[in-house]
Amino acid sequence: MLLLDCPNCGLRNVAEFRYGGEVNARPKLPLDTADTDWQEYIYMRRNVAGMQKEWWYHRAGCGCWFLAERHTKTNVVAKTYFWRPSGSGVGESDRPSSP
Amino acid sequence: MPIKLIKQALNGKPPRLWRPHEMKSSYDVVIIGGGAHGLACAYYLAKNHGITNVAVLEKRYIGSGGSGRNTTIIRSNYLTPEGVRFYDESVKLYEQMSAEFDFNVMFSQRGHLTLAHTDAAVRTMRRRAEVNQLQGVNSSLIFPDEIKKLCPPIDVSDHPRYPILGALYHPPGGIIRHDAVVWGYASHADRMGVHIHQMTEVTGIQVEDGKVVGVETTRGTIKTGMVLNATAGWCSTIADMVGVKLPITTYPLQACVTEPLKPFLDVIIVSGSLHVYVSQSDRGELVMGAAVDPFASYDMRGSLSFTEELAGHMLELFPSLAHVRILRQWAGLCDMTPDYSPVMGFTPVEGFVVDVGWGTYGFKASPVSGKRMAELIATNETPELLRPFRLSRFYENDLVGEKGAASVGH
Repeated sequence: MLLLDCPNCGLRNVAEFRYGGEVNARPKLPLDTADTDWQEYIYMRRNVAGMQKEWWYHRAGCGCWFLAERHTKTNVVAKTYFWRPSGSGVGESDRPSSP
Repeated sequence: MPIKLIKQALNGKPPRLWRPHEMKSSYDVVIIGGGAHGLACAYYLAKNHGITNVAVLEKRYIGSGGSGRNTTIIRSNYLTPEGVRFYDESVKLYEQMSAEFDFNVMFSQRGHLTLAHTDAAVRTMRRRAEVNQLQGVNSSLIFPDEIKKLCPPIDVSDHPRYPILGALYHPPGGIIRHDAVVWGYASHADRMGVHIHQMTEVTGIQVEDGKVVGVETTRGTIKTGMVLNATAGWCSTIADMVGVKLPITTYPLQACVTEPLKPFLDVIIVSGSLHVYVSQSDRGELVMGAAVDPFASYDMRGSLSFTEELAGHMLELFPSLAHVRILRQWAGLCDMTPDYSPVMGFTPVEGFVVDVGWGTYGFKASPVSGKRMAELIATNETPELLRPFRLSRFYENDLVGEKGAASVGH
């Protein structure tokens, strides 16, 4: 994966970006969340060997955070898009990657 | 020994270090992962605890993962007392290894220098030296004139972008022939009756009532009540088979070697600020590594940005290497934990124990983790040395912040 498709700026060298880790839904009601759920949110990772939804930050570009779906065994990126709030937490705002 | 060698050469039949076996339908202990950790555990289970009905399952060939991809540095000059005690036992086991195996693992305790390029780093090195000395580990803070004496080719002038201000000197630190360590454990475990199954991939783990009852592999199902996950890179995948959550993210770490040079570097040089560590192997190649890749992945391809950055940093330390060529480059998988310490011990699933999360410090810990994990399996109790590294520490907010780990950007 030498190029990553920023939803704002288009295809750019991956060195311009900062990896933000896998998407991990934050507990909805902080005060009603059990300690173990917080600890799992903070520390535990799925660490998938396959398609993974993850955060990226365009550090040397527009400064936007966005989501990517990437295969962690091949580094092929299926698509990138901006996060949008929706009922289920992480929303979809699809913009298929250019090839 | 020489006569034995000549006889074998004339016979044309070199002895097999370990033998292939038919898969049995049940084993007392199944170890997933045929690297130095898994094989060391099998060896100590047989040697110290008399448990020989053990299978080691390896997806490819033994030592093909992290055990064959590391840069072979052995040291114990860590930052936390827990870490120092743990790795020091490992160094001591490595010191006895050649005699124990009657097999030369070429452990060369040549001295290990961790360079400091800022005042803050000098302070950290002093702290590490004090922690090390309190634990009885030979380690001290030295300054550029002594560094130059130990390592003449290094540039200690004020010309580089990050001049060298001091170093943590750890004389027992050394390098070793990593394949020999794997083969030594494999051959001795095999002699005591352990079955090593290569090209055998685990496809599932059977759990009934919260207890492990069997392991499914590409070569059939095995009945067992005890499974050790000693994999690197794939530990989350294996743990997911029994629904155990791990605090691990897998990153590739690249390394490379140069063309062979005449011996000129007889210490190990490490710089955390410059993200570089280098030693000269017995073949004369410079073995070099840097930081983990900037994003998590299971892809082990090399990248040009790695070699470019590493070469730049190497030249700051050793300007005389400007015309040396890189011979080959590879990557291994590092299971990074939030506190740069491993995860060892019991999990919520009975009969499923882990020896994972070995980030950038796994190879140097093989003997001690093997020995202590064998003790844990045999006695069903966590040894004192492993207590700080239990999985439940993440639920008890009792992390072991090991910032003395190599090649991690802190």
